[in-house]
Amino acid sequence: MFEYAPAPESREIVDIKPSYGLFIGGEWVDSQGEDHHKTINPASEEVLAEVAWATEADVDRAVQAARTAFTTWSALPGSERAKYIFRIARIIQERSRELAVLETLDNGKPIRESRDVDLPLVAAHFFYYAGWADKLGYAGFGSDPRPLGVAGQVIPWNFPLLMLAWKIAPALACGNTVVLKPAETTPLTALAFAEICRQADLPPGVVNIVTGAGETGAALVNHPGVDKVAFTGSTEVGRMIARSVAGTRKKLTLELGGKAANIVFEDAALDQAVEGIVNGIFFNQGHVCCAGSRLLVQESVADEVLDALKRRLSTLRLGDPMDKNTDIGAINSAAQLAKIRELSEAGVTEGAERWSPPCPIPDRGFWFPPTVFTGVAQSHRIAREEIFGPVLSVLTFRTPAEAVEKANNTPYGLSAGIWTEKGSRILWMADRLRAGVVWANTFNRFDPTSPFGGFKESGYGREGGRHGLEAYLAV
Amino acid sequence: MSTTTAPFAEVASSNATLRAFLHGLPGVDRVGADARAAMLGTRSIKTTAKAQAIDLAISMVDLTTLEGADTPGKVRAMCAKAVHPDPTDPSVPRVAAVCVYPDLVATAVRALDGSGVKVASVATAFPSGRSSLDVKVTDTALAVAAGAAEIDMVIDRGAFLSGDYLKVFEEITVVKAACGGAGVARGEQGAHLKVILETGELATYDNVRRASWLAMLAGADFIKTSTGKVQPAATLPVTLIMLEAVRDFRLRTGRVIGVKPAGGIRTTKDAIKYLVLVNETAGADWLTPDLFRLGASTLLNDLLMQRQKMATGRYAGPDYFTLD
Repeated sequence: MFEYAPAPESREIVDIKPSYGLFIGGEWVDSQGEDHHKTINPASEEVLAEVAWATEADVDRAVQAARTAFTTWSALPGSERAKYIFRIARIIQERSRELAVLETLDNGKPIRESRDVDLPLVAAHFFYYAGWADKLGYAGFGSDPRPLGVAGQVIPWNFPLLMLAWKIAPALACGNTVVLKPAETTPLTALAFAEICRQADLPPGVVNIVTGAGETGAALVNHPGVDKVAFTGSTEVGRMIARSVAGTRKKLTLELGGKAANIVFEDAALDQAVEGIVNGIFFNQGHVCCAGSRLLVQESVADEVLDALKRRLSTLRLGDPMDKNTDIGAINSAAQLAKIRELSEAGVTEGAERWSPPCPIPDRGFWFPPTVFTGVAQSHRIAREEIFGPVLSVLTFRTPAEAVEKANNTPYGLSAGIWTEKGSRILWMADRLRAGVVWANTFNRFDPTSPFGGFKESGYGREGGRHGLEAYLAV
Repeated sequence: MSTTTAPFAEVASSNATLRAFLHGLPGVDRVGADARAAMLGTRSIKTTAKAQAIDLAISMVDLTTLEGADTPGKVRAMCAKAVHPDPTDPSVPRVAAVCVYPDLVATAVRALDGSGVKVASVATAFPSGRSSLDVKVTDTALAVAAGAAEIDMVIDRGAFLSGDYLKVFEEITVVKAACGGAGVARGEQGAHLKVILETGELATYDNVRRASWLAMLAGADFIKTSTGKVQPAATLPVTLIMLEAVRDFRLRTGRVIGVKPAGGIRTTKDAIKYLVLVNETAGADWLTPDLFRLGASTLLNDLLMQRQKMATGRYAGPDYFTLD
């Protein structure tokens, strides 16, 4: 047997302060409230730092700072704004190891993923939108499209820094200023980003970071001085935001939940399809809104694919996220773990068959083994509700038409995957799938040039690519 | 003449059935296969695992010299190195085999007598395989008669690429028979047959998968990537596909076939990537010199250098490792 010795990434490179204030107007300021909360490492439950939970008054201060900065920032030529954004992108690249370690400590995702996926994409996103800043007149939104003003942005905990990049990069490129609220369980990389803004000499107030939970988010979204609201997170919260923004002048984009179908045809490249299934649902512990959480496999190859999948899952390495060989890290929070457990138990109760590879679970921290449910029916909760964890529901189909019907039979519509060696079938399927992203012979591939967003209850608006500019321009 | 394993008894009854079978194998998506191999290449093998991997890799080396300029003196020197890779450190394992041209087999056999290091010989008009079947069989018989325990044959890539799979199949079965030599009639085990696919000339991953199955069906004991004379030689994705093939072949027939990447593996880091690939694809059962080999000439010294670095904490200069 070839056992890999522990290969931990060093955490020496990060310097976490014992407590953090709010980043408003280019300065670190104390919250006007008394509410401070600890952020922990979900893999060990160790306290990493204490952060302020911003009050309405704090949020008001941040919006005022952004409003003040907007006058000068929006008046800068695009080529000047681009210089700042390019500088931010380069600093992110230079500090990528540090940021990857920080992300892994605060979020629980494996260092291999934060190092090889999150951070390269974060830098790429800033580089990409920096390039647009002086070319907005050629983006198809008029010869001189204007920014909206102050963007209030609320982001989730699954890809903390990457979601920050998706929000801030296009906003700044278009000439807006930003007040961003990171998720309450993962504030540290956003706070590190505040330092990067200072390092890049970004004018004060262009980016403001207010930490906190739902109340802080609500204060930001409801603030009358905000011109644009961008939210990524659960459909439930998205609905609340849509209600509160309705009837105001605020422009809104929502990127919400998903229950994506990953569709494997009998003529697929099966070994690669199995990799795609694994990457679709076990990447980032399944904390991915576009995760391929429903496997639709053609009945004629179902046994073969499931055998291969189970064999492959037995090689997954769950454990210390800081170990460079870890494939499955920690669940981000106790609350999320409880939700995953609740839905998994519902799956068993409803009659689906549950399987996990033999997999030792660490004593401390929040963990859930990679789990596969077979014998799942469309009516089961695990086939309909977003679990947001490493849990795959397997369904079968007989014909392409049935695959489309089942794939679309969900209130969500964020993504889908098609696995076949037949090019014409990919096109036929892609025309019929009601999903914002359709991957062919791959899954969970992201690129800043490619628009991302949902159909139906997965939200509206697009992020990424030329399309992503529209959300931050007065068009 | 078919030696096909029972579940596939009818597969090679004609070129049509063979073609239907090989083209019925699931395709390989190049992007996905490359990505998987690259991901496994990021595994971090340190400390005790690295020490274990280095010794395992040394014991899997087929130390190779396949030059026009090879002489008995050169082969004897290489054999000495094969038995004692590091003369100052007896704890270093010996390599698995030496690999030479047929005319030098006898020299190698004498030099390695009693050492446990096997003698492998390339044969069948290596490296191009462009000759008559008679010449290929004679070439093989020469090496076997001289005492080769392993034969590394090349497939007829021209026949394969023109779709004449049956010709390739039959050549392998005939060479396999020739590997038996005179002793097989007396119940002795014949030479092991490694079938070189020359994946650099097959070009597509679909072809690599088909050629792997073709060779296994025809009786190969090992499938090997390359002659080392064509670029690209061994690559991680190609080896990944061959490891998937031997894994699936065992599931369907119960027979266990070995894999040998050869050519272009020069560093310890590379060798360890191959071991990780084996470990996480075919499985730990294949992590033995009986089922996995690394065909290489310069790799051994890097393994020795890294081994010494692990033991002493510093690198010795290249002059401390013998060049032969």
